Amino acid sequence: MIDTIINIAAMIFILLGATMSFVSALGLYRLPDVYTRAHSASKASTLGVMFIMTGVLLFFIAKDHQFQPSLLLAILFIFLTGPIGGHLIMRSAYYIGVPYTKKTVRDDLKNAK
Amino acid sequence: MTIVVIIALIIVAVSMLGFLYRAIKGPSVADRVVALDALGISLMAIIALFSILLNTTHYIGIIMLLAILSFLGTASFAKFMDRGEIIEYDRHNH
Repeated sequence: MIDTIINIAAMIFILLGATMSFVSALGLYRLPDVYTRAHSASKASTLGVMFIMTGVLLFFIAKDHQFQPSLLLAILFIFLTGPIGGHLIMRSAYYIGVPYTKKTVRDDLKNAK
Repeated sequence: MTIVVIIALIIVAVSMLGFLYRAIKGPSVADRVVALDALGISLMAIIALFSILLNTTHYIGIIMLLAILSFLGTASFAKFMDRGEIIEYDRHNH
């Protein structure tokens, strides 16, 4: 009984994570600028993979009643390092002068370069 | 459960095609690095889904390894774009 409930929760988590990853790919395909693309990639993709791994963790709990600690460690590691990677890339892209879109009206970092 | 995992695998594979389009076409270097980072993260999701599909827990160490390698690659390429070299030897010059 409880295994069935955990399995259904795992299915919902996996489908939610796959949809989130697809939304991230759509943003990377459609957005006009490198900064907006990195916004899409580093947030939605990280959250999608965290959802999928939570689903896998719940699946293995329901299947053989065994907790997988390295999977939890992987979730925590992705949660820590995904936004840091996006931040590093965007900082370097701003310093080497990758242009932004025409719709940008304000650049607060102009004097800090 | 298997049909849900197969549907999720197809969705993640289509999103990986979107990332691959940006990695091929992207106008600047930063676009390609962002797309390759997202490709590595999606590859972790694909390995996790395959460990459900093949019904084994031996693939979970690979996910952790791939997370560390993807972050190291992204950080070192960001430093290469910024400074022009990854490991700086003279620490008194700047």
